[in-house]
Amino acid sequence: MTEPVLSVRDLCVEFVTRRGVLRALDRVSFDIGKGEVLGVVGESGAGKSVTGSAVIGLIEPPGRIASGEVLLKGERIDNLSPERLRHIRGKRIGMVFQDPLTSLNPLYRVGEQLVQTIRTHLPLNAAQARERAIELLAEVGIPAPERRIDGYPHEFSGGMRQRVVLALALCAEPELVIADEPTTALDVSVQAQIITLLKRICRERGTAVMLITHDMGVIAETADRVAVMYAGRVAEIGPVRDVVSRPFHPYAAGLMGSIPTLETASERLVQIPGSMPRLNAIPVGCAFNPRCPHTYARCVVERPELLGRGERASGSHDGAGAGHAVACHLYDEPGVDAEALVQRDKVAAAATGSAA
Amino acid sequence: MLAFILRRLFQSALVLLCVGVIAFALFRLVGDPVNQIVSIDTPFEQRQQIRKDLGLDDPSIVQFGRYLVKAARFDFGISYQFRQPVSTLIGERMPATLELTFMAALLSLVVGIPMGVYTALRRGSFLSGVFMSVSLIGVSLPTFLIAILLRWIFSVHLGWLPSFGRGQVVNLGWWSTGLLTVSGIKALILPAITLGLFQMTLIMRLVRAEMLEVLRTDYIKFARARGLSDRAIHFGHALKNTLVPVITIAGLQLGSIIAFALITEYVFQWPGMGALFLGAVQNVDIPVMAAYLLLVSFIFVVVNLVVDILYAVVDPRLRANMQAA
Ligand SMILES: Nc1ncnc2c1ncn2[C@@H]1O[C@H](COP(=O)(O)OP(=O)(O)O)[C@@H](O)[C@H]1O
Ligand SMILES: [Mg+2]
Repeated sequence: MTEPVLSVRDLCVEFVTRRGVLRALDRVSFDIGKGEVLGVVGESGAGKSVTGSAVIGLIEPPGRIASGEVLLKGERIDNLSPERLRHIRGKRIGMVFQDPLTSLNPLYRVGEQLVQTIRTHLPLNAAQARERAIELLAEVGIPAPERRIDGYPHEFSGGMRQRVVLALALCAEPELVIADEPTTALDVSVQAQIITLLKRICRERGTAVMLITHDMGVIAETADRVAVMYAGRVAEIGPVRDVVSRPFHPYAAGLMGSIPTLETASERLVQIPGSMPRLNAIPVGCAFNPRCPHTYARCVVERPELLGRGERASGSHDGAGAGHAVACHLYDEPGVDAEALVQRDKVAAAATGSAA
Repeated sequence: MLAFILRRLFQSALVLLCVGVIAFALFRLVGDPVNQIVSIDTPFEQRQQIRKDLGLDDPSIVQFGRYLVKAARFDFGISYQFRQPVSTLIGERMPATLELTFMAALLSLVVGIPMGVYTALRRGSFLSGVFMSVSLIGVSLPTFLIAILLRWIFSVHLGWLPSFGRGQVVNLGWWSTGLLTVSGIKALILPAITLGLFQMTLIMRLVRAEMLEVLRTDYIKFARARGLSDRAIHFGHALKNTLVPVITIAGLQLGSIIAFALITEYVFQWPGMGALFLGAVQNVDIPVMAAYLLLVSFIFVVVNLVVDILYAVVDPRLRANMQAA
């Protein structure tokens, strides 16, 4: 495998609050290759957005990157000066946020916002930048872009605004796009269009994508690989086909069981009993242990490492590679057929999901 | 846009008409104006004659109409107290008041907005703390106390600035300005600070709160994620959004500056309309009081109109609403 575009190594992010130091990310590791779409899923509060913000260097006090590394094409970017980091944001890493209605400044024409961003990163004059802005708007599917470029955000519908946001994120041809729930705030009817557009553009340009969502359907259709996050940790990561059809982690099994299939057409999400722990009350050992149907003695004392299935025997630590890795003690428990157990969980979850 | 302005103009006219009714009613409330003009031993016939000459026998509505028509031509009658046309009296003093309020408003904006922006951007810095403490004094001390304090320090103690009056003025036509002479400008400083301090602190706190709010919005976060410079984000994207609501408040505040000018003018013996009005109240000089009332409301209404139009110029969403309406 060639050098990944983004490589996150043992990333820890902490928020210093009055009630103490909260660890929002705890040794998160993953890679995203060129042109690859990594889906990041997990319940609300799992640390997906914080991961995105940390990669692009937008963790603001009282938050801080406590340890770990973020590498862009092998070059460390987590310890850059704010000014150097600013030149990476928007230029080499683009970001799309959840709500297109609030992502655009209401007082500026979309063209002004595009031109300003383009000229921040590319050596173009105003006319050239405008030219490029129109091209971009056309590329993201805005009809009559040479006229719409002079419109204000409120003159665009939600879906159209998200296209504008996408154009803004892509205007300097970044190597990586982080899309944080880009369709959650949109009408169901336009969600698919936006996802298709994002995927098409990034494929054409070979842009790597970190697609944060809690819509498992989107992940299953769009992502190449998927990382399942839980309580600030990566519980499981692997090729999307493998993780969806044969999840290893009991939590992931619950999640995958809840994917709406054509027959159930259920819009319901995760229905695993219990809720994710608060950051100030993460249990010792595996963070999932209070909700896990298969808790062993080891699960409540020792945190499981993220290891590939093949790596388990050798004990080597490279869970973030291209393979399918899981952080779960079940797979080291002697005499337990973990895979079979977890598969049964998944089927059970699917059954309750369709019943509900 | 034009329809919007026309509608607002109509509303303004309505407001002024109401104030006109109140001003006119003043004449009725405070008793027989003839008494104000004649002496105690004037015979009855002569009083009747004066009443007739003044048109006081006509129906109220006719009198009111007459009053309005005259007022629209800046003819507010004769001051009981000075036996001079009220318009002359006001014309002499209006420049003093307007220069004072204008300087106070300018001061409050030019100092208040940057201080608000600074305290929002550099939260927790030493200077921000100083600004915030000073602003607390500004909002909590009453105007006359600030005036007395300033006078005591800069006039009595240091002797830098005059403690009363307007200094030397230059006449430009009927407008007498104090802005062209050193003594005039020196005389303006303390009253303008006194009058503007409260508004300045108010605007500073407003800008600060609004700016902090704006800095938390998604579009600022997105602007950061696009790698725009701090300068472009703070002074372009954030400040513009901050100023939208500030325009309204600042406009309303301008009105209250004119109202507060009364006290400042009194303390600094500033020869403006406020002093004239206070004298008129003491002497039941109805024409002057009524004229002052009308004039101040007129300024209020104009300022509000300008603010509304400015608001629309800044905020495209509002413009769209107007077109729709
Ligand atoms: N500014 C902050 N201060 C304190 N805690 C925060 C802050 N931002 C995020 N967190 C915490 O970090 C955790 C992860 O949040 P987030 O990444 O937004 O979750 P999600 O997976 O839903 O995107 C949450 O528990 C949240 O409370
Ligand atoms: Mg989130």
